[in-house]
Amino acid sequence: MNHVLLASAAPIIPKSLLGNPDSYACERANRLFCWGWLSRNWGSVLWPALRQHVVITLIAVGLGFAIASSLAVLAHRYRRVEQPVVVVTTIFYTIPALALFEILVAVPGFGLSLTTAETALVSYTLLIIFRNTLTGLREVPADVREAAAGMGMSRWQVLARVELPLALPAIIAGVRIATVSTIALATIAALIVNEGLGVPILTAISESTFKTELIAAGVLAVALAVAADALLVGLQRLMTPWARAT
Amino acid sequence: MALSLDESAVVRDGSPALPSAAALELRAVEKRYPGQRRPALAALSLLVPAGEVCVLVGPSGSGKTTAMRLINRMIPLSGGDILIGGRSILDSTPTELRRQIGYVIQQVGLFPHHTVRQNIATVPRLLGWERRRIDARVDELLELVGLDHDELGRRYPSQLSGGQQQRVGVARALAADPPLLLMDEPFGAIDPINRTRLQDEFLRLQERVRKTVVFVTHDIDEAIKMGDRIAVLREGGHLAQFATPAELLSSPADQFVADFVGADRALKRLGLVRLADVELDPPDQWPQPDERLPLDTTAREALARMLSAGGAPLGVADEHGSVVGIVTIALIGRLFSRVEDGRPPESRRGPPPEPNR
Ligand SMILES: Nc1ncnc2c1ncn2[C@@H]1O[C@H](COP(=O)(O)OP(=O)(O)O)[C@@H](O)[C@H]1O
Ligand SMILES: [Mg+2]
Repeated sequence: MNHVLLASAAPIIPKSLLGNPDSYACERANRLFCWGWLSRNWGSVLWPALRQHVVITLIAVGLGFAIASSLAVLAHRYRRVEQPVVVVTTIFYTIPALALFEILVAVPGFGLSLTTAETALVSYTLLIIFRNTLTGLREVPADVREAAAGMGMSRWQVLARVELPLALPAIIAGVRIATVSTIALATIAALIVNEGLGVPILTAISESTFKTELIAAGVLAVALAVAADALLVGLQRLMTPWARAT
Repeated sequence: MALSLDESAVVRDGSPALPSAAALELRAVEKRYPGQRRPALAALSLLVPAGEVCVLVGPSGSGKTTAMRLINRMIPLSGGDILIGGRSILDSTPTELRRQIGYVIQQVGLFPHHTVRQNIATVPRLLGWERRRIDARVDELLELVGLDHDELGRRYPSQLSGGQQQRVGVARALAADPPLLLMDEPFGAIDPINRTRLQDEFLRLQERVRKTVVFVTHDIDEAIKMGDRIAVLREGGHLAQFATPAELLSSPADQFVADFVGADRALKRLGLVRLADVELDPPDQWPQPDERLPLDTTAREALARMLSAGGAPLGVADEHGSVVGIVTIALIGRLFSRVEDGRPPESRRGPPPEPNR
């Protein structure tokens, strides 16, 4: 935890060791936000944390999407699958995040690992992606499905060529919500693994006075969420040109 | 119409070429939906020769859609058999079968995420045609249904009018040149003016492609206009009568059919007769009338025109505009009484002529 030491120790480290003495004026004054800290710690603290955060989110949403959309396709075909999936994913969704982390950490084989963090994050994405995908599939107009089957598409061809493409707006809407909430939740994952934007935030919380890294990491998390959402909106526009045709 | 079940059909793309039209036979077809006491169709037998339009007509719930969906195995038969070109539909898998049967439904069911061209190319793509062949076929079909202008092919269905959408639906159904075309109330959701246009267009198109067509409607006028033969269905899927339009109008099999075709059936029969097929009064017998009707005008239309012109005789002109005869109310009256007698003033109903462009 090199950067934590550095940040907390900064005010008492001799000037001679760290160059320009004025760089620390802000820290010494216990200001709320110090640009100097930001520029000095971007490369060593924030950038790696941001990258880790992106990776954690990608894994969680990717896995969540794979699981939830497969379950939705299954539930679309076999109605009786829906109920149990909804019950289980709703439970996952409503368990308080901290409690779920605690429970998973206690499970043999999990412990304080990335697997534990990802498992929890994935479980939060399932409900929303499942629901949206299933709704999207079910809202494909009956006449379109009738025509597709009537022209000799097999069930899988109807799914792959007609139903899934037409469900895309609903599916992507679900992925957007899941992505943004995963980015927010992943900060808490720092309780379990030493990765992501949650790390500087937790550090700042555990320190009584110095809050720059909390603010910087928080802003980065929000910016990441906004950027990811915009990216997904762009992706949707690209994938559904027909939705804009009038 | 030559039956085109050609034994010597050449092989192309590794699959036997489809005949351009095939006879359709329903043998004692029965359909019972699960959980329903009465069968939706009971012992329905029909024979539709290749290249003919057979209209299924009847009140709502009489089993028209059921009959149609049995033919392409969208629903399973409960009894009987259906043969296309002499082959049972049960001999192929449902998907194979459906790729050889054009299917047009009332709500059209175009794929909203595919362009017009992609929609039309659906079955050829399922059949694995190569790209160049598909492109050429799509061009041909766009021309056939009159959509070969204004880059319509690149539009999405939401960018088309209802009539244009239905034309795309017809083109899509014809894409792989299927020997049989099923049309379930194809023009039912279209406004009356465009509906007439689409009917006329379809008759012209049918002159060119000569498919075997099963056409479902609940509108007796549409049935009379479109059908070479009409099957009147009654509640419970019973066949009340299977006859040509002229026979149906002149001699309804029973009270149900008589009621269904309507009290004005003699008038409707006049709608089947074109002035070209009627012995008109010679032009010199009357003073030159101001108004002229084309030769393909129906006797019914001519009557209506004369009535609105105060009962005066009208001239009938050929395509060059020269008067070839005169039509009078008395002449229609003689025709009318023959129609009522049940003696058919036979005429082969052709499609209406190309509209002037
Ligand atoms: N999927 C179905 N399940 C049960 N009954 C059906 C189904 N489809 C149609 N029916 C019944 O079969 C009869 C014929 O229906 P249909 O073929 O749709 O008639 P039409 O097309 O002539 O209006 C009706 O009584 C209808 O209620
Ligand atoms: Mg129907």
